[in-house]
Amino acid sequence: MFELSPQDWTAIALSLRVAVVSTLIALPFGIAIATVLARASFWGKSALDALVHLPLVLPPVVTGYLLLVTFGRKAPVGAFLADHFGIVFSFRWTGAALACGVMAFPLMVRAIRLSIEAVDRRLEHAAATLGANPAWTFATVTLPLALPGIIAGMMLAFARALGEFGATITFVSNIPGETQTISAAIYTLTQVPGGDAAAFNLVIVAILISFAALLASEWFARRAAARLHGS
Amino acid sequence: MLAVHVERQLGEFAVNVSFTSDTAATALFGPSGAGKTSVINMIAGLLKPERGRIVLGDDVLFDSATGINVPAWRRRIGYVFQEGRLFPHFSVRRNLDYARWISGHTRNPNQFSHVIEMLDVGHLLDRRPGKLSGGERQRVAVGRALLMQPRLLLLDEPLASLDAARKREILPYLERLRDDARVPLIYVSHNAAEIRRVVSRVVRLESGKVVETGGIELLDGVRADMLA
Repeated sequence: MFELSPQDWTAIALSLRVAVVSTLIALPFGIAIATVLARASFWGKSALDALVHLPLVLPPVVTGYLLLVTFGRKAPVGAFLADHFGIVFSFRWTGAALACGVMAFPLMVRAIRLSIEAVDRRLEHAAATLGANPAWTFATVTLPLALPGIIAGMMLAFARALGEFGATITFVSNIPGETQTISAAIYTLTQVPGGDAAAFNLVIVAILISFAALLASEWFARRAAARLHGS
Repeated sequence: MLAVHVERQLGEFAVNVSFTSDTAATALFGPSGAGKTSVINMIAGLLKPERGRIVLGDDVLFDSATGINVPAWRRRIGYVFQEGRLFPHFSVRRNLDYARWISGHTRNPNQFSHVIEMLDVGHLLDRRPGKLSGGERQRVAVGRALLMQPRLLLLDEPLASLDAARKREILPYLERLRDDARVPLIYVSHNAAEIRRVVSRVVRLESGKVVETGGIELLDGVRADMLA
């Protein structure tokens, strides 16, 4: 009864790959932007904040369209990256990862920013008096103390990437084996008469993956918090 | 020899303090809100004076006239904070070892065991700061600051968060520190009894200004109700 077709497996593997890659690539940028927003004060900070949050409030189709006219094969940035670095996004799984990363970015930044803001600056001052320059202080005090929030941010980004649909399908279409993620595959199946049974299987898989991700992040966050509070 | 002249406006309140210290232990003494912590934060490099000059030995750490401001992490001034400020994500051992680890030097086992013995923290090494008592935490904080081999050690009300029994427990360690460690101390406190045991020279502050400088006999004239 519950049987997954090879196409289903392809979509599942692709979804996981896209979600993992987009989360990992977004992470360093997310930490950097979150740190700037949490700590620095400069002219244009609210504009940067708004820009980061834009994918959260824009219709995903609009984000997908903007990616298409920026990173498409013939678009300025897309052509430059393709000609000089051989990085092609259009109609590739890499494009799906880019779309998912952009869509997940605000959630990731938000969680990390909150946890960095919660780090006790007095501990950073203590590190400075012990000879740690700002980079070392950040690496040995700020980041470890913000770890639970960083894990939460990664989890949110992963879940968002897994559920991404609108921006991905607009930017890189819905090509089985290349850009067809679980969400896109479900959508395709529901467009076919009698496809809802097969779609149901993928729905179950989506629920299971999300649930497992949630449990895993909960476990990591607990462990990280326990480390901070001395057990 | 430490020579301090610092000026800074903090809200409604102006700090304008000058003093020199060439003895083993000097106290900054005065009621809460006199600006004691602000002054040692400026010495440590955690707070920037608006005007002034701070010289330690031959090194100018801060000079507003020439624009010198050595960052805190290059001053090599140890700081024991009122609340300890141990790193909660590191064990006691790694807290003690932090300055050496950051500087990339190899560990000096003699110095490490000497400090551990002097402060009697050997049995705590594998614990997390969250599991320490207040007194243990302050002893580790003193050890952590000492192990960076500071040129000067600042102690900001190191006993203020402890009850009377814990204070009595730690005071002998501070006396030992003064006698053994050969690091000059600046000891900030509003408690005359504590100061009497640790230092020989007193700089008395009130509302951001130095009102008197002298030996511990300065403490005799201070009314008891000021010391609460």
